[in-house]
Amino acid sequence: MEETTQGSSRLLNGFAETVSPAGERVAQTATEAKIEAIGFNFYYGTFQALRNINIRIPQNRVTAIIGPSGCGKSTFLRAINRMHDRTPGARGEGQLLLGGANIYGEIDPVKLRRRVGMVFQRPNPFVKSIYENVAYGLRVQGVRDRRVIDEKVELALNRAALWDEVKDRLHKASGTALSGGQQQRLCIARAIAVDPEVVLMDEPCSALDPIATMKIEDLIHKLRANFTIVIVTHNMQQAMRVSDMTAFMLMDSATRAGELIEFSPTAELFTNPKDQRTKDYVTGRFG
Amino acid sequence: MAGAKAQTTTNFRERLAQRTQHGDSIFWAVTLFFALAVIALVVAIGWVTWNDSALARERFGIGFFASSEWNPVETEVSPESFGAVPAIVGTLISSLIALILAAPIAVGIGIFLAELCPLSLRTPLSFMVELLAAIPSVIYGVWGVMVFAPFFTQHVAMPLSESMREIIPWLSSSQVAAGRGLLIAGIILAIMILPTIAAITRDVLTLVPNTQREVLLALGATKWEVIWLAVVPYARAGIVGGVMLGLGRALGETMAATMLVGNRPQVPGSLLEPATTAAALIASELINAQSLLHESALVLIALTLFVITLLLNLIARLLIWFVNRGPVGSVRA
Ligand SMILES: Nc1ncnc2c1ncn2[C@@H]1O[C@H](COP(=O)(O)OP(=O)(O)O)[C@@H](O)[C@H]1O
Ligand SMILES: [Mg+2]
Repeated sequence: MEETTQGSSRLLNGFAETVSPAGERVAQTATEAKIEAIGFNFYYGTFQALRNINIRIPQNRVTAIIGPSGCGKSTFLRAINRMHDRTPGARGEGQLLLGGANIYGEIDPVKLRRRVGMVFQRPNPFVKSIYENVAYGLRVQGVRDRRVIDEKVELALNRAALWDEVKDRLHKASGTALSGGQQQRLCIARAIAVDPEVVLMDEPCSALDPIATMKIEDLIHKLRANFTIVIVTHNMQQAMRVSDMTAFMLMDSATRAGELIEFSPTAELFTNPKDQRTKDYVTGRFG
Repeated sequence: MAGAKAQTTTNFRERLAQRTQHGDSIFWAVTLFFALAVIALVVAIGWVTWNDSALARERFGIGFFASSEWNPVETEVSPESFGAVPAIVGTLISSLIALILAAPIAVGIGIFLAELCPLSLRTPLSFMVELLAAIPSVIYGVWGVMVFAPFFTQHVAMPLSESMREIIPWLSSSQVAAGRGLLIAGIILAIMILPTIAAITRDVLTLVPNTQREVLLALGATKWEVIWLAVVPYARAGIVGGVMLGLGRALGETMAATMLVGNRPQVPGSLLEPATTAAALIASELINAQSLLHESALVLIALTLFVITLLLNLIARLLIWFVNRGPVGSVRA
């Protein structure tokens, strides 16, 4: 491993090592891995969508997943909170760990999803007031105390950088009456109101205009103080702007199974990629 | 040679373009025609029943809907006289019983098929539900008369009548032995409309976009919460529509009702006594109507049933519209 002068970069490099097969993994670094995949495979029926994924996603960092469409980015992201459970024939194999416990084994799916929130591609607020939108998850999880809910709603809206824009109409306006960018921030507030440990985002800006996108990117960058964030994006500039670590995935041309090609600190992956395929992709010489 | 071939191709293209240039407007005219034909049909039904019931309307006026007399045969003590109350009451009560019994179970079956059922069971069960919906009503009637009625009389009606004599008079009767009445008719109607409602509920639930479920799942909701907070509210209008379709079928169901309701044109004192419904009354009496007035009164009953059905549909529409308006619990992704 190359010695770097920057401390945090060296720290993150520890995670990059894990791309190599699980057995050869180097010793644990200071930052803990929040999510760890060891020889993880994923299947839709007989079709293998992910093959031998080994990755250690650090806590309180933003990790971006990039790669051409169809390479399994969403599949991997959704495996982390078991969104595939409803899909017939979809199953994960190998180890996918959240805080050391196997997601496909020890953890109850409902409890898992309380720890791993999700923001979707299109903003999808409930047809309810802004306040109720953010309070919804709390209510679903059984919080009844009005004061607690008030507090958490305000905190979540503040963290989502939406409070100032909506504080006068919390109860009056419907979540669907907001602009697209505000709706997406509302959805982020809704996801973080329940205090998840991890927030998954699947191309959260792809339906938004550039200014709204910028606001969300700022927000994501700040949110890592409190959450571990994994974001799928098809936009490499976005990955460069928001993420600390970047994972590059590619579909194997023969088997069509998605594989993790390279996982490095973002700056390194884009300026000094180790793998030729990564280089081709980030320099735009690749579909 | 090649030139000639190119020539014919262009010709063909031109001819095709010429031939289809009016396609849109013709299609528009044809569909408009059939759409108008449907409206014309409704108007025609209204017109015919209105005209053919003239005699009864003139004779009884609005009092027809307040009278429970139904006496087609003139005798010295009782003159020929007709009123709609027994038919209306019988129709509404038997349909209401059917709806109360069938709707919750059917919606439950629909939810099970769409949301909870293991995949290997889904197709055979769905097929069976659809098969049930396609069985002609006379077969339900035959089964009701031959199998269900004796069982019902013996094991339900008699003990019920016995135990309720002092408490709830309308669940008790001295004519239980006949084994006919609004309760048994309502139960058979319930069995008949159950698959209809279940199949529609399943269909509308499978149309609910997956994002609906995922948003709630991602917030840590259980399967039940996802179903009740996201899926069912989203599909609510469709489910209400299915229930209304079932109700429509119950209101108009003729064969099974005729076979099981007892065909006694009086307002019954109890759900266990023979009674009648609008459809059963018309079916059993129109072919051998005693007089022009009798026939006209039966047509007026038909008109009444027609209006009741239209009104209920209208109410259902309003209900759906009203329910979908306010800030509701559904997610719109
Ligand atoms: N529900 C599914 N059933 C079967 N195959 C699927 C399903 N979802 C995705 N796939 C397949 O898995 C592969 C990866 O898809 P996905 O994870 O959505 O890619 P990405 O998000 O990188 O564009 C694709 O080949 C896709 O066709
Ligand atoms: Mg995707």
